[in-house]
Amino acid sequence: MFTQVYGDNGKMKEYHYTGPVEHRFSPYSFNGGTVLAVAGEDFAIVASDTRLSEGYSIHSRDSPKCYKLTNTTVIGCSGFHGDCLTLTKIIDARLKMYKHSNNKSMTSGAIAATLSTILYGRRFFPYYVYNIIGGLDEEGKGAVYSFDPVGSYQRGTYKAGGSASAMLQPLLDNQIGFKNMEGVQHLPLNQEKAVQLVKDVFISAAERDVYTGDALRICIVTKEGIKEETVPLRKD
Amino acid sequence: MALASVLQSESVDFSNYGRQRHGFASGLYEAELGLESVGGDRLSFALSTSCSNEDGPDRKIEFLHGTTTLAFKFQHGVIVAVDSRATAGSYIASQTVKKVIEINPYLLGTMAGGAADCSFWERLLARQCRVYELRNKERISVAAASKLLANMVYQYKGMGLSMGTMVCGWDKTGPGLYYVDSEGNRVCGDLFAVGSGSMYAYGIVDSGLKQKDLTVEEACDLGRRAIYQATYRDAYSGGQVNLYHVHSEGWTRVSQSDVLMLHQQYQAEKA
Repeated sequence: MFTQVYGDNGKMKEYHYTGPVEHRFSPYSFNGGTVLAVAGEDFAIVASDTRLSEGYSIHSRDSPKCYKLTNTTVIGCSGFHGDCLTLTKIIDARLKMYKHSNNKSMTSGAIAATLSTILYGRRFFPYYVYNIIGGLDEEGKGAVYSFDPVGSYQRGTYKAGGSASAMLQPLLDNQIGFKNMEGVQHLPLNQEKAVQLVKDVFISAAERDVYTGDALRICIVTKEGIKEETVPLRKD
Repeated sequence: MALASVLQSESVDFSNYGRQRHGFASGLYEAELGLESVGGDRLSFALSTSCSNEDGPDRKIEFLHGTTTLAFKFQHGVIVAVDSRATAGSYIASQTVKKVIEINPYLLGTMAGGAADCSFWERLLARQCRVYELRNKERISVAAASKLLANMVYQYKGMGLSMGTMVCGWDKTGPGLYYVDSEGNRVCGDLFAVGSGSMYAYGIVDSGLKQKDLTVEEACDLGRRAIYQATYRDAYSGGQVNLYHVHSEGWTRVSQSDVLMLHQQYQAEKA
């Protein structure tokens, strides 16, 4: 929670502002962080940075934003950390309930549909979380589901979310979607290339976004299971 | 209310959690997030002016006011054409949004306004239509389906839902087309275009529909052209043109064309 300092026009005031201020309680706070997911033919990658910030401060350098849900699904949540924690707790509870009622784990597509309903249940006081689910579908193919804070979702092959999303998404459009390139062969993405691309992309994001940095946590989902890798990033 | 009762069936007591918070949240919420400003603009489809706020709760929800969707009836059914762009402020969140929702094999719904609002309520409508089919042993009519949707969202009138949808289908009275929105409007008609690019689309379709007896091919071309022209002039519409045709057997997905490809095609035809 964070008491925002507002001036007359409703915009947040500068750091060294002196003069009359109106203190207003906001139930939300922005804790930064970037999340990225890429789907391949038989794998999916979910990556996030591990910096937790608030305003001009860094609360923690080791707060990853990817959460393992099942053996075939990982979710990345960025935005307001309080809502991220509660939302992941609720998703875990729903996963358990499903497992107990139906005697099987939820598939990635089912988790995505359930999350959409959970988010829409709070339509009038939303979870301030940008979610991206990465995992394998029933056929073993990679799947990425990206959400907005109130539950609208779509399946795709790649998506960036969080504070540096506007910087990363165009780069992914070019490198994975081959957008704005003419006369180029569309090569399918293999796992090694995808991991290298994710590392490069986060290094770029850490250069230009204050809320992204410290370390990068990569979760690689394959039919063998989930492998985690940590790569250091700029700490400034 | 409908929302709470639906969600209660799936979860244990998360709906109570939401309900208690509502009193605390509503006054605060409207001040912080400014969603109610959307309601007044509904029919004129003016672009939301909250784009100017910085990152934060203000502009996080994807609203598809910037969109162009159209549907028109003709001799052989209904043509439904939509663009595929979603914007969050001035950032293009996605160029591949599916703005046509397949309610069931003979009913389609279009999406304009809040993406989550449209997809959630139309998914709920699909469930209600299925229940109707099971109870009455016959398919639901387009008029009844659109009425169910209108009545569901009317309970939330004034609370900030943003939805402008066209329910299109074929029932025993022939082709059906209804415009339903979150303000409570429900109108039957032969032609509707919804969204920021709607005026451009109307121009194309109105001139093309002068010849009464269109073939399926011509009608599809008209719908595609109308959306293309709207994406050309409207900054908030773009991506791909998704085209569906509703006929007596149900709906068929006719085509998905990238606007850039269409541009090159039309330029070549001009030459």
